Amino acid sequence: MRFVDEYRDADKARALAAEIAALCEPGRQYKFMEVCGGHTHTIYKHGIEDYLPENVSLVHGPGCPVCVIPMGRVDDAIHIARQPGVLMTSFGDMMRVPGGNGNFFDSNAEDTNIRMVYSPLDSLKLARQDPDRHVVFMAIGFETTAPSTAMTLLRAEQEGLENFSVFGNHVTIIPAIKAILDSPDLRLDGFLGPGHVSTVIGCRPYEFIAEDYGKPVVVSGFEPLDIMQSIYLLLKQLAEGRCEVENQYKRVVPWQGNTTALEAIARTMELRPYFEWRGLGFISHSALRLRDAYARFDAERRFELPGVRVADPKACQCGEVLKGVLKPWECKVFGTACTPETPIGTCMVSPEGACAAYYNFGRFSRARVKEASRT
Amino acid sequence: MCLAIPGEVLAILPDRPDLAKVEVSGVRRNINIGLLEEPPEPGQWILIHVGFALSTIDEEEARAVLEFLEGLGQTYTDEIDALQDSRIE
Ligand code: SF4
Repeated sequence: MRFVDEYRDADKARALAAEIAALCEPGRQYKFMEVCGGHTHTIYKHGIEDYLPENVSLVHGPGCPVCVIPMGRVDDAIHIARQPGVLMTSFGDMMRVPGGNGNFFDSNAEDTNIRMVYSPLDSLKLARQDPDRHVVFMAIGFETTAPSTAMTLLRAEQEGLENFSVFGNHVTIIPAIKAILDSPDLRLDGFLGPGHVSTVIGCRPYEFIAEDYGKPVVVSGFEPLDIMQSIYLLLKQLAEGRCEVENQYKRVVPWQGNTTALEAIARTMELRPYFEWRGLGFISHSALRLRDAYARFDAERRFELPGVRVADPKACQCGEVLKGVLKPWECKVFGTACTPETPIGTCMVSPEGACAAYYNFGRFSRARVKEASRT
Repeated sequence: MCLAIPGEVLAILPDRPDLAKVEVSGVRRNINIGLLEEPPEPGQWILIHVGFALSTIDEEEARAVLEFLEGLGQTYTDEIDALQDSRIE
């Protein structure tokens, strides 16, 4: 066993694999969704699926914030960046996300100045340094990242900065999970809850999944053993006829979340009535926008946006991959027209995207051979 | 950007209680600690995401996370490269 030998606690991993196998009812198929792209990354990197019984499969969820940005938003960002005197900033992962007319690098080759930053606070520093330029930070990410944007806004307000604004694209995880639960395409038996998002929101927001949908949730850490243990806990709940939210990642995730972070978000942002997710379409109350009190820091209000909805390229099946209906290699352009160097869809861009993770680590995995032989 | 990386707190900046000098894989940068319920002590480990401390962790957890992240290869190197360019103040 490659993973087991590679891992620092090989005995524990071996024991877990055996316990997982013992918990599975023969003949029953188990499908668990890992919501977070970070988990997807670990799963492919360590070939975790290879060490699970044949009847347990992992389905990749929509928890990669770069992957869910629709093409139209990339175009809107480029439109802002084209305005005179604007310097646009965003995380490095955004640079290669395709829009309707190319990505940020393509647009920089023409006439824009879109710069990568490590932190929204780095954008603030750029604004301070250059008062003649208007710095726009393109904010993306789930609840893990939203507090950073919120704190940056509070700081900008405190400093009275006039030349800084945020192009907000923060999304929230719960409505996306709900959309997946309501979608008829997929039958799931439980969820691995996202680790870092939960440091902020805590574990309580997942309770509806157990209560209303009857599916267990285990909030999980990112190491291979964490994921194995979380799968074990999910199977144990099913075997014992329980259905609840458990926290496997207690060493980092407090049950009640981070109140300071939640307050910072609530002070500066509010839910949008709806937001388009790439591949998943419009989901109501699934994203954040700046509150009226922060209108002067809101790039969406400062600049008129084209706001044109751009359909994904025909060949692209990111929607199915993000919903867990297709495995990455089942997309027709996977690894041929669509690679990390020339991505057609977003799931190939970020290392947390299912297609990129599978392309980088999983191509020769036994899981694929197993899957292919089944179809 | 989705990674949370462990860093060791070296000192809280004297004039800025919301910022700490932190060492991450040999790189020393300012990190915002305003999201932590309690300010960390020098020598404590924190989990950092896009320039903000998300939570404090113990040293054993920090080492385990580091070992895991180093195993990720390029993804982690890219994150440290990005951090290297950071100048939070
Ligand atoms: S291979 Fe490319 S186009 Fe197909 S689902 Fe993955 S990212 Fe989207």
